[in-house]
Parts: sequence; structure tokens; C-alpha cells
Amino acid sequence: MRKVAVIGVGDTKFGELWDASFRDIGIRAGLSAVEDANISAEKIDAVYVGNMSAGRFIEQEHIGALIADYSGLARDHIPATRIEAAGASGGLALRQGFMAVASGLHDIVVVGGAEKMMDVSDVASLLIQSSAADQEWETVLGATFPSLHALIARRHMHEHGTTREQLADVAVKNHRNGSMNPKAQFQREITRDTVLNSPLVASPLRMFDCAPSSDGAAAVILCPLDQARQYTETPVEIVGSGQANDTLALHHRRDVVTFDATRVAAERAFKMAGVTQGDIDVAEVHDNFTISEILAVEDLGFFKKGEGGKATEEGRTSLDGEVAVNTSGGLKARGDPIGATGLAQAVEVVTQLRGKAGKRQVKDASVGLTHNVGGTGATAVVHVYRRV
Amino acid sequence: MATAPRFWRQNPSRYNMIGIRCESCGRNFFPPRAICPVCHRKSVGKMKPVKFKGEGKVYSFTEVHEGLDEKASLRPYLVAMVELDEGPKVTGQVIDCDACDLKIGTRVRTVLRKLSEEGPSGVIHYGYKFVPVKGDQSR
Repeated sequence: MRKVAVIGVGDTKFGELWDASFRDIGIRAGLSAVEDANISAEKIDAVYVGNMSAGRFIEQEHIGALIADYSGLARDHIPATRIEAAGASGGLALRQGFMAVASGLHDIVVVGGAEKMMDVSDVASLLIQSSAADQEWETVLGATFPSLHALIARRHMHEHGTTREQLADVAVKNHRNGSMNPKAQFQREITRDTVLNSPLVASPLRMFDCAPSSDGAAAVILCPLDQARQYTETPVEIVGSGQANDTLALHHRRDVVTFDATRVAAERAFKMAGVTQGDIDVAEVHDNFTISEILAVEDLGFFKKGEGGKATEEGRTSLDGEVAVNTSGGLKARGDPIGATGLAQAVEVVTQLRGKAGKRQVKDASVGLTHNVGGTGATAVVHVYRRV
Repeated sequence: MATAPRFWRQNPSRYNMIGIRCESCGRNFFPPRAICPVCHRKSVGKMKPVKFKGEGKVYSFTEVHEGLDEKASLRPYLVAMVELDEGPKVTGQVIDCDACDLKIGTRVRTVLRKLSEEGPSGVIHYGYKFVPVKGDQSR
């Protein structure tokens, strides 16, 4: 297996991008990554695109061909593949690109992710997002995507004593980080009271416990590590890649307050990388709800089961904490254009490891991690990165 | 709008709480599935339908304020994950609980109710919802 490096990153601003279409944002992100890597189109061997539901958000399928075409690659007949795993679509696309380069099949691979969510109504958007759960045995029976996370939150509070305030602290921290990210959807700080006084979505979760709907795209360029210096002075190696899956429905899990898929994907990625949790300086984790970040920091092994809320409250996941979690603002503040999220996580970690994260830069960051989840934990993808 | 057969297919289980038992390991599952995730191939041909009592206790619950249809009048509504006495957990709405004090551990039982309808002339979906068991001492 060959070693794989990220040689370019690019993204759009996340948010309500009324003036831009799906193809516009996909190409903007891809082009900025191509410029960052200083490669020409002839060099590109393959394209992978993470996208959850263009078919329902904009009634467009066949996303691989679309993005390759409007990126000007149609006449080169470059293979372009769309990857779908609900919220983990982007992370899984990255893993397909990683495997393609590692295997020796392709040298230069563009991996992008994009979602255009704001062209449908709020109710339509909630319906589409809820299709990541089990339509026949969860959604039809009245469960929404936020309500399934509310079931996790209440049970976590019941079993582990996690408090309503600790959930709020996740959002407060991520908005603080987002306030330092010019690409973030929300760049304003909030307080505990902002969260606790926001409207109920599904008790105990309130509006400020939930990541927003967003438009946005992000992309990275991969190549074999031994070629990376031809393109960049600051290559970042992907040293570990792990994926794990679990039951589609939340109620079928071994433990409703543990994402075993996260746990196993992390074990696999750490084993491949030859590093441990203590080595990680920055981590972008899947905080689509505040409870999700608490599960993530536990199931990734940064803190013991049940101690994620307390660790957050104590600032151990803040920018100056022992592991800086969601320096970009996370899904909560940076935004969550579903298929783009896994790639935006990679863009942030690479930016941190290059030392180019501006006001939110974590000092001397050299090893990073991304964690991308589909549904209520039925798919998890973890990558580990190292500055070289 | 979906066709009716898409929903008819699930009806025996959704109306009558019919699950399935793996006769290789004795575990119960709901809804029925073709293969036991523990026994794998050993379970082929040994998955036998079994009617559940439809009773259990609340494992977790939430009051939903942002729902999947436009009918704001139906909100908020309660959704619970219920651990059935036969073992499997299921998710569904809790009704007839306006003044009830729903808690983790509250005993509930299934009732057949309308779940939703696809517009004025579309398919009406029926299935199970949960009601609190009267006289439950654990509440």
C-alpha cells in the first residue's frame, strides 16, 4: 500500500448561498483545491464526490458526471463517482479516494463533497435529513432525525448524569471557534442562555443544540506521498483511515448511548496510523447535535464513557484544551451541508496542520483527526492526518 | 406520493406486533428479518414468526416540537423508544398521555392507530402507537 498525502484543499463559505447553484458551489470548491495544489486538469486521474441527496434537494442525480462535466473534465473522460452514506458521504468519498491512491490505481485524485439544502422548505429539508434513519421503522412511526438524537440525549443524561448545561457548552464552544472562521455559517459567539432559551425542537434538544441546514462544498486533492513535494511545500499525510457500520435503526444498537461504529472506525484508523488518542492535537468530530459531540469524544476514546459532557464543561476540548475539538466551529457553527461536511473537516485539519488557521490556530498542531457520521451512527468514518 | 403496496407489505408486523425468533439462538427480533445477526448462516430457515404481547417499558423519550408534516395542531407529540418484554426495542409515538408523567421505565402497551395520511386522497397509514398501562406501579 502506498502512502497518501493531501496536497490541496478548498471550500466555499457555508450558509445560505442564494446566488449559487449546486454545480456552482461544487466547482468553486474543486477549483480552489486544484489551485491550492497547483495542478493542471491533465494530471487528474479520478474524481469522487460525496453527496447525500441531490435527488431530493434539487431533483438531480448522476452527480459524478455532473461535477466532472462542469469542472471541464468531460472531454478527458476522467472517471467520476458519487458516494452516498447520509451524513458520512463526504468522509466516505475521502476514504474511496484514499484507497484509490494507496492501491496504486490512481495518482492524482480530487475528492469533493457538496450539498445544496436551502432550495427546499424547512419541512422538506427535515424529511430528507430524516431519511438517513430507518424510514419504515423509525420515521413512519413519528420519529424525526432530531428526535432520535433527543432519545440518545435523554438516555445519556439518565445513565451518565450528563447535564443540560453541558450539552449547551458544546454549542457555546463551537460558536466561539466559528467566530474565528471566516468561512463559517455562524460567526457570532453565544452563551449558555442562548441555547437554554432557544425554542424546543425535540426535548431536551433545542434549536441551538442542532446544526443548521446549509449550502456548501469542500474538496481536497490527494496524491502519493512520494510525489507530494512536486506540488506543495506543506503536504499532510493521511496516516490512518477507518470505516465501520452498524444497524440502520437506533433502537437496534447494542448500546443506544454509544456509537459502536465510531468506536470501531477509530480503532481501525488509529491502528493503521500507529498513533493513539493522546497524540491527536486537533479533531473535527460530527457534532450535528450537541449530544453527538459528547458521544464522539467518548467513543473516539478521548474521554471515558459518560465523561464527555464534563470534559467539555471543563474546557478540555477547547482550543487550548488537551484536544482541540471542532476548531472550525464544527457542524454547529461552520454549517452542515451534508455531503460537504466530511471534506470540510479534512480541509480544517489540513489547514491546522499547515499552521494556517489564523486566529483559531492550535499551537504546534502536528497530528489531527476527522470523524464523520451517517444517520444516527449507522456509518462512521475516521481519518488520521500527520504533518510531514 | 407512494403507492399503497409499499406500506401494505409491512402491515402484518405493524398492525399485530409480529416479530421473529431465531430458533438457533433463541433471540427475538422486531421487525422480522431474514437472517439472525448473531447466528448468520446457521439461522437460515430457522427464523420463525412470533406474535409479541406489545407491552414494554419506556427506554427513552422526547417531546417533538418540529414534526415531519405541516400539521402544527398535532404538535408537540411524544416519541419513545420502548424496550418490549420480548427483548427488542422499537420506536413509536406515545398517546393518551396529556397529563401523564412519562418517565424512563414507564410501562406502555401498543394500540393500533392512524400514523399519517398522504394528502386528502392518498394512502392512510396505520400502525402501532403506545399508551401508558393503567395502574402501573412503576410510575
